[in-house]
Amino acid sequence: MDRNKIICCLLIFGSVLLFSNFTEDNPYFRITAKDVEFVVPKGFPKPRYDFKNNPLKPEIFVLGRRLFYDPILSKDSTTSCASCHQRIAAFGHMDHALSHGIYGMIGRRNVPALQNVVWGESFMWDGGVNNIEVQPLNPLTNPIEMNEKLPDVLKKLKRSPYYRMAFREAYGDSIINSERMLKSLAQFLGMMVSANSRYDKFMRHEDTLTQQEFNGLVVFREKCAKCHREPLFTDESYKSSGLMPDTSLNDLGRFVITGRPNDKYTFKVPSLRNIARTYPYMHDGRFRTLEQVMDHYAKGDFYMTNTSPELLATKGMSEIEKKQIIAFLKTLTDDDFLHDRRFADPTFQ
Amino acid sequence: MVAMLFCSISLMSQSKKHMSLYFENRVRQKVKGAGTSGSAQYRLAIDSSYINSVGQSFTVTNFKYYISNIKLTDSGGRVFENKNSYYLIDENDSASHHIQLDDIPEGDYSKISFTIGVDSLHNCSGAQSGALDPIHGMFWTWNTGYIFLKLEGKAPASKQPGHIFEYHIGGYKAPSNCIREVSFDIAGIHSYVSDDDLLVGASPGTCQIRLSADISSILSAHYTVDFSKLSSVTDFHNAATIADNYKDMFHLVGVFYGSK
Repeated sequence: MDRNKIICCLLIFGSVLLFSNFTEDNPYFRITAKDVEFVVPKGFPKPRYDFKNNPLKPEIFVLGRRLFYDPILSKDSTTSCASCHQRIAAFGHMDHALSHGIYGMIGRRNVPALQNVVWGESFMWDGGVNNIEVQPLNPLTNPIEMNEKLPDVLKKLKRSPYYRMAFREAYGDSIINSERMLKSLAQFLGMMVSANSRYDKFMRHEDTLTQQEFNGLVVFREKCAKCHREPLFTDESYKSSGLMPDTSLNDLGRFVITGRPNDKYTFKVPSLRNIARTYPYMHDGRFRTLEQVMDHYAKGDFYMTNTSPELLATKGMSEIEKKQIIAFLKTLTDDDFLHDRRFADPTFQ
Repeated sequence: MVAMLFCSISLMSQSKKHMSLYFENRVRQKVKGAGTSGSAQYRLAIDSSYINSVGQSFTVTNFKYYISNIKLTDSGGRVFENKNSYYLIDENDSASHHIQLDDIPEGDYSKISFTIGVDSLHNCSGAQSGALDPIHGMFWTWNTGYIFLKLEGKAPASKQPGHIFEYHIGGYKAPSNCIREVSFDIAGIHSYVSDDDLLVGASPGTCQIRLSADISSILSAHYTVDFSKLSSVTDFHNAATIADNYKDMFHLVGVFYGSK
């Protein structure tokens, strides 16, 4: 009986803590209507994801943020989305070549950064996911990632006084279902817009680039921008960068989704925004530095027969050009985005 | 007698603008001792043993499929569409076998058609609820889309671990688009039963269309499944082949009217 009493006290104490969190007393974490206004940055195309079907609301965003940072979503409640999608790394996994899962399991691919996802046509390195709302189901249910089952996640959320309250605040009643959970996450993810790097400010005539950086931009446009198309720095296509497949991973890339032979070992062209923060590089994280990436493209010793023909442009790049491109790429670091308080971990309150 | 005549002129006039569909899952089996060619459909029973068309025994543990885009066409070509409605018929959930359609305009309907699966738009619409909630286990996360039909069971001939077989069929994009349309002519086909004989879920005085879904067709309508050769279809490989089979799994049992 005593044990039950103690548990009871702990539960009440815990609930008080949770509810006090929810009041959002700390202005750093408070989300207002203005914080969830979605504005298309100057020069950006129309987003593919339409918030019209998922109207932005502070309480829904707050719920999505909490879910993103909550390890309760994983099978053993150890691993949250943010465990691999770190804010300091533009929501990629800094210094980790391959994703990590529960029980110390290692995945097969490099964690992609999360930014400007509302412009994405498809998601994952192989583009298997067609809507950002259903993307979180992948890490959630993947046995080597969070390894949880959807009904069990919902059970855990329904048991939590915090989530019962948060869902009510967000949706007007306490119904907790997968659609609401996923749409909340989509609001949090969808608001992650990186459009305020030095490159962006330069384009808007608000800042300058050094000569080295500017020369890098010129070379970049000549050799890289066809696939890494501005302003999103991806054309959403699937390409082989000529890398020799890692036989221990045996990752066939886009082919797994389409079954088309020419898609073997091709992967989504990643955005290069905040690239200085998202090392290591490539779909399997095989390159630790941007210099190694440049060396690969310059060397032009491409292994695959379906290597993207655009890479002919990078073959034979000079040392000077490589340095210039890297200098330019570093102007894509967006400190405003990386330090945006709206995306900070609310569980630290 | 007069009332019955009136019904046959305007099929829906008795229905009070309601109608129900009832799906009964069946298996076709050879009838023992009835000569060489006799066969009959039997009501599917989970875990019961059946024989496929190449003589292999099997049991079914799980069978479910999506029905959507139900349309009724009247003799004048007017179409009633049950838009944005999706139904998951699950053998293990008896209530799911019955679909109630409301607010149907009165008419002399001569054709019913529906989709097996989920249209492409709703395969791309993100998080959804109801029958399309991914919680039902009919959703592929890694290659977004709904599993339109899931048939699972055991067959000693299968070389899978535990001798299981699994057919998870879906896909809305060419070349393995597995969306299939089926239609039935219902003009002039009607029987009258007492309200008590209408199946569970149908309200008295309504019209009920009963359909059977024959698992044997999934296994052999066009392509004959040999469990030792094809015991697992869980992505686009062979999916369209099985979809061509399941296109022909439905049979019209009858159109029934309550006697009131």
